[in-house]
Amino acid sequence: MLSESSSFLKGVMLGSIFYALIAMLGHIKIGHGNRMHHHEHHHLQAPNKEEILKISEDERMELSRSFRVYCIILVKPKDVSLWAAVKETWTKHCDKAEFFSSEDVKVFESVNMETNDMWLMMRKAYKYAFDKYSDQYNWFFLARPTTFAIIENLKYFLLKKDPSQPFYIGHTIKSGDLEYVSVEGGIVLSIDSMKRLNSLLNIPEKCPEQGGMIWKLSEDKQLAVCLKYAGVFAENAEDAEGKDVFNTKSVGLFIKEAMSNHPNQVVEGCCSDMAVTFNGLTPNQMHVMMYGVYRLRAFGHTFSDALIFLPPNGSDND
Amino acid sequence: MASKSWLNLLTFLCGSAIGFFLCSQLFSILLGEQGDTQPKILHNDPHARHSDDSGQNHLAGQMNFNADASQHKDENTDIAENLYQKVRILCWVMTGPQNLEKKAKHVKATWAQRCNKVLFMSSEENKDFPTVGLKTKEGRDQLYWKTIKAFQYVHDHYLEDADWFMKADDDTYVILDNLRWLLSKYSPEQPIYFGRRFKPYVKQGYMSGGAGYVLSKEALKRFIDAFKTEKCTHSSSIEDLALGKCMEVMNVEAGDSRDTTGKETFHPFVPEHHLIKSYLPRTFWYWNYNYYPSVEGPGCCSDLAISFHYVDSTTMYELEYLVYHLRAYGYLYRYQPALPENILKEVSQVNKNEDSKVKLGNP
Repeated sequence: MLSESSSFLKGVMLGSIFYALIAMLGHIKIGHGNRMHHHEHHHLQAPNKEEILKISEDERMELSRSFRVYCIILVKPKDVSLWAAVKETWTKHCDKAEFFSSEDVKVFESVNMETNDMWLMMRKAYKYAFDKYSDQYNWFFLARPTTFAIIENLKYFLLKKDPSQPFYIGHTIKSGDLEYVSVEGGIVLSIDSMKRLNSLLNIPEKCPEQGGMIWKLSEDKQLAVCLKYAGVFAENAEDAEGKDVFNTKSVGLFIKEAMSNHPNQVVEGCCSDMAVTFNGLTPNQMHVMMYGVYRLRAFGHTFSDALIFLPPNGSDND
Repeated sequence: MASKSWLNLLTFLCGSAIGFFLCSQLFSILLGEQGDTQPKILHNDPHARHSDDSGQNHLAGQMNFNADASQHKDENTDIAENLYQKVRILCWVMTGPQNLEKKAKHVKATWAQRCNKVLFMSSEENKDFPTVGLKTKEGRDQLYWKTIKAFQYVHDHYLEDADWFMKADDDTYVILDNLRWLLSKYSPEQPIYFGRRFKPYVKQGYMSGGAGYVLSKEALKRFIDAFKTEKCTHSSSIEDLALGKCMEVMNVEAGDSRDTTGKETFHPFVPEHHLIKSYLPRTFWYWNYNYYPSVEGPGCCSDLAISFHYVDSTTMYELEYLVYHLRAYGYLYRYQPALPENILKEVSQVNKNEDSKVKLGNP
């Protein structure tokens, strides 16, 4: 009897230790495995055209103003020409846009993060933005200066999303078990995600400044790891046809690929009509996009949109 | 003795299994604290359509992309369609056997479809493409001769099928809707033609060939007549200049194609070359050719641009995407041009029964 119970106890101990070891190594995997299936899907029936027309112009304006997007653009001295282009173009459509640089750059206004490390820059920028603006903005959009963003389309995409929920949206990539939003397509965080992120930034175990055991992880992956601890998961943004709205490539590149992959349906197969971002643009291409998105159009094609966005003051290229 | 050690082994295994299980539960409870504080993530799942969860506090007036489906369901093209009927344009595209696959094909896949009638003019006939054979040679020095023969062909076969006759190259991108808006203010019985106006050599100016030009029905008649009566010469190596001279001789007016804010609509280059300050060097011929003051930067180009030139195949599709697909949702354009009077009357008749909120959909 005694030997049985002792072997039983030995077994229990061994089993526990064995599990603990596995859990330690497969750390992220096992602990959060269950979480993935806790997502609940909520769909609201869209108001149809007649209903949209019944919403008064004032209501539409008010609804449009309820989205307050703060844009964070992380720049380095080598990015100056893109920085200038971005400053003169799409960032004018953010409710507020600030540039966060690795160091002070002459002539360009920025918040100096005093570090060359992208992940440190990102953390500090998010902290700065949260500390200063958590009560003024409900959505936070982070991008590199190689990205062109259409903030109106971002707001449209966010139309049925409650910012007091933890949203982390963009162009997602799966790396092993980690699903993260690629910084190249732009990263969108709701104010709730910002809150959660910021509460973890001070905890080195959850959100280390030097992530990755053997080699350095890219800053967007590090962010994903950190957010995961906070219970925030990446979501890929798509339109009704399943096309990505956050893109890590430029329009030109999409077109070239489409011309070789499906030459009979080049434009149809290319990109979403409601695209929010494109990446990999030259400064000149940013100016062309500005004209193409905010000005150039075909006469006689009208839309009844649920939101209204006015052109920004003091701007001549939109 | 053997059974006892067997029993020991069994209990050991049981124990380890239970230990393993207990430990996993312990871990998930510990980590589960985080999981429970994580509230439901709202997904915009475009793939599945299931019923509304009314228990949540969501933003009213939510727009699901499903309702818009590619944004064209919500697009109202009444005015564009009205203009299509009212302002009939025949387009002919100057091309050649070597360029059918390289260039003309992309024109055919994009803007050419919006002409009321389109013809591809080549030195030789191609039944498959199809192209009209002008029975000329190819080459830059043949351009004027090809142009004359092309207009002759159009005049002989399609004069009554259109009101306006547009010539474009196989590397020109044309926005037909905007061309119709320009032309809707004029009558096809007027002797007038439009394009990017250049000033040298011709008193009233002449229209750039590459940026495309469009003749009224009366202008076309006079052009054809000019060769019958030998008022214009057939020979020239500079197509657009020769045509411009002929137009002046035949009293066809060189029209002002600029928009109501004075911005140019026909462009001899791609948008980048016009929009970027200092892209075209100061010494470039272009600056001395423009009839109206040249502008670089955002003032270069009308929102309702009609054409761009030197457009390569990739840029054809890019422009198609930027003009007819990608837009900024809900954006109230700065430039709100008026509808032509007669169109306005017709459209408001049609919309009489609809909600007047349509005013937000200003082109």
